[in-house]
Amino acid sequence: MTVETSKHRELGLTDAEFDLIVEQLGREPNGVELAMFSLLWSEHCAYKHSRKLLRRLPTEGERVVMGPGENAGAVDIGEGYAVAFKVESHNHPSAVEPFQGAATGVGGILRDVFALGARPIAILDSLRFGELDSERSRFLLDGAVRGIGHYGNSIGVPTVGGEIYFEAPYEHNCLVNAMCVGIAKQDEMVRAAAAGVGNAVVLMGASTGRDGIGGASVLASAELGDGDEAKRPTVQIGDPFEESKLLECCLELLEKGLLVSLQDLGAAGLTSSAAEMASAGGVGIEIDVARVPLREADMEPFEIMVSESQERMLGVVVPAKVAEVLAVCEKWQTGAAEIGAVTDSGRVRVLRGEEVVGDMPVEALVDGCPLYDLSPEEPQGWIYSNRATLAAGAPAEETLLALLGSPSVASKRWAFEQYDSVVGSRTARRPESADAAVLAIPEAGNAIAVSIDGNGRRVACDPYAGTVEAVLECTQNLACAGAEPLGLTNCLNFGNPEKPAPAWQLDRAVQGLADACSALGVPVVGGNVSLYNEGPEGPIYPTPVVGMVGELPDPGSSAPSAFAREGDAIALLGPFAPSLAGSELTKLRGELDAGLPQPDIAAVAAACEAVREAVRAGKLSSAHDVSDGGIACALAESAIGAGLGCSIDLSPLLDRGCSAEEALFGEGMGGFVLSGDRAKLLSLEGPGAEVLLLGQVGGDTLEIAAGEMPFAVPIARARQAWCSLGGRFDGAYR
Amino acid sequence: MLWGVVQFPGSCDERDALHACELSGEARLIWHEERELGGVDAVVVPGGFSYGDYLRAGAIARFSPAMEAVAEFAAAGGPVLGICNGFQVLCEADLLPGALLLNESMRFVCRQVDLLVEGFGGPETPKSFHEPGERLSIPAKHGEGRYWAPEEMLDEIEANGQVAFRYAPGQNPNGSARDIAGVRNEAGNVLGLMPHPEHAVDAMTGSTDGLRIFEDIAAVVA
Repeated sequence: MTVETSKHRELGLTDAEFDLIVEQLGREPNGVELAMFSLLWSEHCAYKHSRKLLRRLPTEGERVVMGPGENAGAVDIGEGYAVAFKVESHNHPSAVEPFQGAATGVGGILRDVFALGARPIAILDSLRFGELDSERSRFLLDGAVRGIGHYGNSIGVPTVGGEIYFEAPYEHNCLVNAMCVGIAKQDEMVRAAAAGVGNAVVLMGASTGRDGIGGASVLASAELGDGDEAKRPTVQIGDPFEESKLLECCLELLEKGLLVSLQDLGAAGLTSSAAEMASAGGVGIEIDVARVPLREADMEPFEIMVSESQERMLGVVVPAKVAEVLAVCEKWQTGAAEIGAVTDSGRVRVLRGEEVVGDMPVEALVDGCPLYDLSPEEPQGWIYSNRATLAAGAPAEETLLALLGSPSVASKRWAFEQYDSVVGSRTARRPESADAAVLAIPEAGNAIAVSIDGNGRRVACDPYAGTVEAVLECTQNLACAGAEPLGLTNCLNFGNPEKPAPAWQLDRAVQGLADACSALGVPVVGGNVSLYNEGPEGPIYPTPVVGMVGELPDPGSSAPSAFAREGDAIALLGPFAPSLAGSELTKLRGELDAGLPQPDIAAVAAACEAVREAVRAGKLSSAHDVSDGGIACALAESAIGAGLGCSIDLSPLLDRGCSAEEALFGEGMGGFVLSGDRAKLLSLEGPGAEVLLLGQVGGDTLEIAAGEMPFAVPIARARQAWCSLGGRFDGAYR
Repeated sequence: MLWGVVQFPGSCDERDALHACELSGEARLIWHEERELGGVDAVVVPGGFSYGDYLRAGAIARFSPAMEAVAEFAAAGGPVLGICNGFQVLCEADLLPGALLLNESMRFVCRQVDLLVEGFGGPETPKSFHEPGERLSIPAKHGEGRYWAPEEMLDEIEANGQVAFRYAPGQNPNGSARDIAGVRNEAGNVLGLMPHPEHAVDAMTGSTDGLRIFEDIAAVVA
């Protein structure tokens, strides 16, 4: 079979890439081969525009059990157990069909984690949409939240945390990033590398259909645009019940030691899982498509090889154990078929019965794709639009209420109440009760805290500093829970890397991620890259989403974010130098511009350590880091959560040279709002951990004196503004 | 005291229920294909999405071999506790009156709620540590938890003292008729509720109020 030379362009390959394939094969690829190459050489699978940059990231650390290259990363949590975790994007499918796009995003990240032999114990998600006054954004938000809930709730894994931002540049191209955390016995974990020539390759789970054909190349590796409706057939359909059975089945197989290796079928389906398993093991693999259980009998070999039907796993099994594997699959009513074998050929051979329909070197498929250097170019100034929704001269009270009611700052209760956050009996801190979710790990006698963060607007202002901030924000959230970082995963959501400005953003962001992780000593154990996130108006805000897992000795020792006791003193701890640059307030005023102050990583780390130790020692009633909306919003959140007011005097900050407005609403890294016994708070003062007493907890009003801008807001009024998300939204759709 | 916790494909809370049961006895899982309960003293039908719940919550699970055995066990007076999906299964199996419909909000809801304990009636009512009016803080999490029955049936079960729990005023998360959160059968040995007492057995995760429901049943068996 020969191929029309233009066919490769339709599949997203350049002419030069096609010529390279011909050279590596020594002939023109047939249709099956071209389909497989086009997927594995897509941005989504080959990371061809990002792999060189990612080499900058630190990946080593004492606690690392598995690093990048496996289905997920894993860190040592003690007593022979490991915590596995990864974040992944499902942006383009969600922009086309939000319910199924988000649901299958969750399904996919769950499989990545149980592919290691880890039982998933938590889901977090990071979502970005256009402004909430857009009908499309409400449609996408509603669908994505329902989809995440549908999958996570049905499979019995708690959704314990996450974040949602609303910004115009995500209007067309929303972001749906899902993170899963799992726990495994280290001696039962498996790698994805195929091994043992002659071993059987067993496909488990759902049958294979025509859904999601070409998703990786068509959806994930090109810009969205007109005609996206027609792409709906490339979005997969999720079935959490099928996955629930598959999960239990795989964990039982691993517990019984019946699998040599295991890999999930995600983007590019059988093609990528088979080729990547063979590549990792340095072996060859043979797949007979005639033995793959199908939903439609007349599927072509190429369709079978590239189908992205969900809820499937590929296992390598020694021949003597195949029968036992099939019996366990039958017990769980999950499909299973021996579809091929591990070979020593170094080639991926695709058979249909006796007929060879594809035969390619593993190396050419997996590592043959050229890696590109970017042509980054710093854009001149602010390249995104500005829209004013709040007058510059608004009084402080009105400003605070506008900030609290801004959908990005407002409580996300409307969303997280649609998620089961308690199943599994580990959730010690539920959403919004602390800065990070806290999960008990009785297996190891301790607990973990998990946070996910990435403020794209600030990254747009300065990709380097903004990305450093994303890492620091997670570290601060963990510190409030009393946790020390163990490892980090990330999802780099950017625009088209072939354009100079997104290329520059990506380059600077990766450098920021690398520098922050190196300085903090936190290894990057896995991640995902999602490029080509653009709409007709241009690229999204550059959005590196950082997911961090930390350890704390006791789940009960974490601090809540809400005030706890009338009469407690309130202090600001840390090297906080508030600035209006890139802040929520500047956004509301429509005055965003390029540039952010550069965070001092070492100083923030010292403050985090002081807070962490104070939380662990039980010295604090509450701990909340200063983030979106500045100190005023942090105080309001702690007050609303408790139903307790506070009286505050910000003059210590004004004495540092801040304006009243900066002191109230300025943002930046390294600020913690703590409450507790006055003497204990003062005792936290140390190098890098300056303590400023600001006031005390009490009453039912938020009273803040800030130089020329003193004001008072009743807690009930602040709560009304902060809890406005559901009311602004519900009933708008369906 | 030996508890049996039924496990269907698609169950989610069976391990949590098992753990809660173990705080007041021994416990083991009963696989959905088992036709014998193996001498257990009480049965929990746990939460989750049995068989995916794609048709209607609990509609398929009621036909499982294990549920046939549970029906016989209940008919013989054995204590049965259905939680969330388990409550839905027991209603589908006609072991409890009424039905659970989609939440009024048409959305899944996960929220800590206060339950008010109702007075016990019925001929063979188990002894209870609970006083009528006692408040229990327990998480609810479900998409199909709106308790519904025809008005005459509601009047009847109220008169029989079959309403076991109500949501505290203003806390009904799903639009349940008369704020009903849990009901029992006429004999009093089968109890179903939407909120999850197995997720309220440890202060670390939020509350210990659910423990009492398990202890009550254990006390009856003892």
